[in-house]
Amino acid sequence: MDGGGTLSDGADVAIRVRGLVTGFGDAILHDHLDLDVARGEILGLVGGSGSGKSVLMRTIIGLNPARAGQIEIFGRDALDPSPSARRHLRRQWGVLFQEGALFSGLTVAENIEVPMREFLDLPEEIMACLAATRLRQVGLPADAGAKYPSELSGGMKKRAGLARALALDPPLLFLDEPTAGLDPISAAAFDNLIRLLKDTLGLTLFLITHDLDTLHAICDRVAVLGDGRVLTCGTIEEVRRFDHPWVQQYFSGPRGRAAIGEAA
Amino acid sequence: MGSSISWNETDGGAMAATLSGALTIEHVADIAAALAHVPPRAPGLAIDLAAVTAIDTAGAWAINRTLSRWNEAGFPARLAGAPPDIARLIAAVGSGSDAIKLRPDTGNPIIARLERIGRALAFQGANIRNFLGFLGQTLVVLAGTLIGRRRLRWHAVVHQGEAIGVNALGIIGLLLFLVGLVIAQQGAVQLRQFGAEVFTVNLIGRATTRELGILLTAIMVAGRSGSAFAAQIGSMKLNQEVDALRTIGLDPIEVLVIPRVIACSLMLVGLAFYGGLCALVAGGVYVWTDLSMPPASYVTRLQEVILMSDFVIGMVKAPVFGFIIAIMGCFHGFQVTGNAESVGTRTTQAVVEAIFLVIVFDAFFAFFFSALGYN
Repeated sequence: MDGGGTLSDGADVAIRVRGLVTGFGDAILHDHLDLDVARGEILGLVGGSGSGKSVLMRTIIGLNPARAGQIEIFGRDALDPSPSARRHLRRQWGVLFQEGALFSGLTVAENIEVPMREFLDLPEEIMACLAATRLRQVGLPADAGAKYPSELSGGMKKRAGLARALALDPPLLFLDEPTAGLDPISAAAFDNLIRLLKDTLGLTLFLITHDLDTLHAICDRVAVLGDGRVLTCGTIEEVRRFDHPWVQQYFSGPRGRAAIGEAA
Repeated sequence: MGSSISWNETDGGAMAATLSGALTIEHVADIAAALAHVPPRAPGLAIDLAAVTAIDTAGAWAINRTLSRWNEAGFPARLAGAPPDIARLIAAVGSGSDAIKLRPDTGNPIIARLERIGRALAFQGANIRNFLGFLGQTLVVLAGTLIGRRRLRWHAVVHQGEAIGVNALGIIGLLLFLVGLVIAQQGAVQLRQFGAEVFTVNLIGRATTRELGILLTAIMVAGRSGSAFAAQIGSMKLNQEVDALRTIGLDPIEVLVIPRVIACSLMLVGLAFYGGLCALVAGGVYVWTDLSMPPASYVTRLQEVILMSDFVIGMVKAPVFGFIIAIMGCFHGFQVTGNAESVGTRTTQAVVEAIFLVIVFDAFFAFFFSALGYN
């Protein structure tokens, strides 16, 4: 690894980011950032507060404008503004926002059905059954379907948000801090769930997290964001050996060592 | 890339369903229908997935449902030729009750209707009770502020004053100017029939200073600022900012409500005066251009026509209306619970009830001052 987040040219790449520049006003947040996510892997993105993790994710999914650079998703230009290209892209991914971002005026089951109604023409009965399947998949009880988001706990909202993100079986899933704010048991269950989904559905996952346990448990590769670019990217062991003060503090602090089972 | 299914009967009489193509969510409706085509029967079923090119959760669900239907009916069903990953996915989808409620039960429509009426009544009852409680709390804090036992946050008052008053000068000026023009024009048309066009000035002068100027200003402020209060406080409540204030030891009424109430009451006095002035200017412009009455004589006529009591009555009403608008906006903001929809409902209620109460109080003032002899 030469510090960058790119893979060799022949690799099967799901997301390819090249020379990405973003910023707000005069401030530059990402300065010619390169990053690859291989098809079928779970990439964990870490970085200090304000290093632009969420903005990077939002730029890839088209919520933030890029000032320069290219983003390709499954070989197609993700910055193409034409409506048909955008619609095709949106069919490719599911996004789980930090707080779930469920539509508060709809029940959980209706939330899960929103993407199905938008993209497909399915009979009501089948949509209801698929919604029930999603609920089972993410470990929510069937009676949660008729509840409104305001009646759910934080962990349940995240699961419901994940169920909605999965509604169309997208090949690519973006998760923003999926385990933040969950108790350790729920967080571990969420990790297992993500791993199972990846193994059974062959998903590619782009995951922002601060949870060191999650990084260890499910991520195939970890990318560290800092100084406007990808500082290093590789398996967690490779990243731990990377010589950078922030990376060393992050992975070798008491929590970092506890996560890999060393005595603090 | 579609999917296809063929049913065969094997030598032993068992059914075999051979699927091929993509078993994905786009085709799940066809797949589910085709799989349900043959009802469960002896001796059993084998589903051949060897020719399947792609499968997702929806396809796995359709197959899993067929398997469990046959098995529940007592006829063993199994997969044949499925790669391990696909078999694992089908097992992982799990079978369970597919019966799911999309919405909470509504039950019998007549009872549901009655229940909604009852709920609405109880809701309004609780609303009135809560409002009285809120009004009382606010008045206590306001009294504490006035006698100096509580801090008045001047910074917040000035900030709110700018938002309510200064920023509204443009729109209220324009609105009242146009209304003044319309009154003058319509009045002149009617009075011309009696040759009494000159009394247009009386009409403009008295109507705007005592009633219309203040009433229209209040309605505008209710729409502009009353709604803003409800939405601001409502989203703060959803965001737990109100709880945060309480835990830090700040009284939300003192921090959020009192500055708005004071600023709104004071600003409405200024705005009503300014709005009335704009309407009078518009009337002056009209009589000057249409009736050829020079501005100097218009002003002299106004001085004769407008009683000081008219002006005072208008200015007395203004802070009362401002108080009503602010308290309604803040009250409904604090009543927000749950979700974004609630912010919308409460904002609507804040504006509608504020305007309603402003008109009710205006009617009260009209009769009250008439009874006192100020005609």
